[in-house]
Amino acid sequence: MPLSLLRRGLQKKEHLKHQFSVNRSLKKHYDVVIIGAGGHGLATAYYLSRYHGISNIAVLEKSYMGGGNTARNTAVIRSNYLTEEGVSFYRESLKLYKNLSNEFDYNIMYENRGQLTLAHNDAAIRSFRWRAEVNQHLGVKSELVDRQTISELAPQLNLDEEVRYPIMAGLWHADGATARHDAVAWGYARGACSRGVELHQLTEVQAVQVSSGTAREVHTNRGKISCGCVVQAVAGNSSVVAAMAGIRLPIHSYPLQAMVTQPYKPLLNPHLSSPQLHVYTHQTSRGEFVIGGGSDPYPLYNTRSTLDMKESLAAGIVELLPFLAQAKILRQWAGTTDMTPDYSPIMGLSPVDNYYLDAGWGTWGFKATPISGKCMAELVATGRVPDLIKPFELDRFYRFQQVNEAGATAASH
Amino acid sequence: MKILNCPLNGPRNISEFTYGGEYHPMPDSMGSSQEAWVEYVFFPENPAGMVTEWWMHTATAFWFLADRNTITDEILRTYRLQDAGKYAHDKDV
Repeated sequence: MPLSLLRRGLQKKEHLKHQFSVNRSLKKHYDVVIIGAGGHGLATAYYLSRYHGISNIAVLEKSYMGGGNTARNTAVIRSNYLTEEGVSFYRESLKLYKNLSNEFDYNIMYENRGQLTLAHNDAAIRSFRWRAEVNQHLGVKSELVDRQTISELAPQLNLDEEVRYPIMAGLWHADGATARHDAVAWGYARGACSRGVELHQLTEVQAVQVSSGTAREVHTNRGKISCGCVVQAVAGNSSVVAAMAGIRLPIHSYPLQAMVTQPYKPLLNPHLSSPQLHVYTHQTSRGEFVIGGGSDPYPLYNTRSTLDMKESLAAGIVELLPFLAQAKILRQWAGTTDMTPDYSPIMGLSPVDNYYLDAGWGTWGFKATPISGKCMAELVATGRVPDLIKPFELDRFYRFQQVNEAGATAASH
Repeated sequence: MKILNCPLNGPRNISEFTYGGEYHPMPDSMGSSQEAWVEYVFFPENPAGMVTEWWMHTATAFWFLADRNTITDEILRTYRLQDAGKYAHDKDV
């Protein structure tokens, strides 16, 4: 538990002060310009300022901090991926997450709930067995469980055999967790700003001036700034921003829709996920059920909702938790996800010398926030690509060495 | 429900269709470099704005092209492949 939480819990009066840099004009030059003040951009700024002594940094955000996919994901943290590259990477992220409240001295409300993925057919059981073996080999808690264990882990789950897709087995990931996603962004921003990093909200990047293969200037709606280097971390807008620097990316931007129900008393502890029903859920500490599913069927830069997707989510969740048929939907939203062909991110160097990519986060970006920030900071500070993200470089597509991450999403495969 | 106008079957619910990716002329099968093929296969333009893309009416397996705005989700027009040249420079609306 963060000590400040205990101290403030015992205090009678709360003394509030600004946590982030405010109302500052842009300087003429920054050593590092980070485009995008979501979790990834802010984490990069945090690790640079705290561990690499680089603090002449501007984090530019066209809207408000943490208002993109950092606020729109369903806050699932897990590392039960399928490829060795993926598992190793997300395993390190989970380790950082576990200690993040202490690292920040700021409560991110990390809760270790476990994650239960459901198999409704033989093929899914085979792939779970494969994933469990890979995970255990790499030190990640992951095991195949039977219906009896499932009923103990999630007593409310409908294990009836007279349904469209009866549940046959499960993949239990005891390390699965959740955290308050806004607090992750705020914690990183607060830590970075207290070390001299400047956060500039409502500052939209409109052009990147590149000459002789080097990014020289970043043009914003608030003026031009010269830059030592640039990191882009803009999720759904990755293709659009990279194009400003003349870089093409293997990305399609698809909406991903989610929704939450009215609150219930606590009755479901783990995350539940059903690849067959294209739905996943967990009950938040407020009691609401967060429900997410697969991406929209075609690309779009828009966060509108469709009845088709809401019907599909509702149909899936009612099969798993029938009592939710009576639930009222309180809120719904969408985010724009930057999907790659191999369901792995694109991190590291780009064709422009001092322009670094943190893109292709699709539907798996939130859980990677700490390790992405740490690796990107190391890359910027040392100029060397950390081994952990080497497999994810853009160049892999030209070498046909994609990292086929079939464990990336609950729904797309 | 969103309606897509199929050149063969007329206006139908968009859930009857399958998205098939951006339309780009295929590189020359004999003379093109590996890099050109990589970019054709993996690197879409993914623009925020007008895009020409493949769609298929799933029930009849009929493929055609659509000009669509990826910000507003408006479908400007749909047409058969042989008409692709006709609208190639007419996407500003």
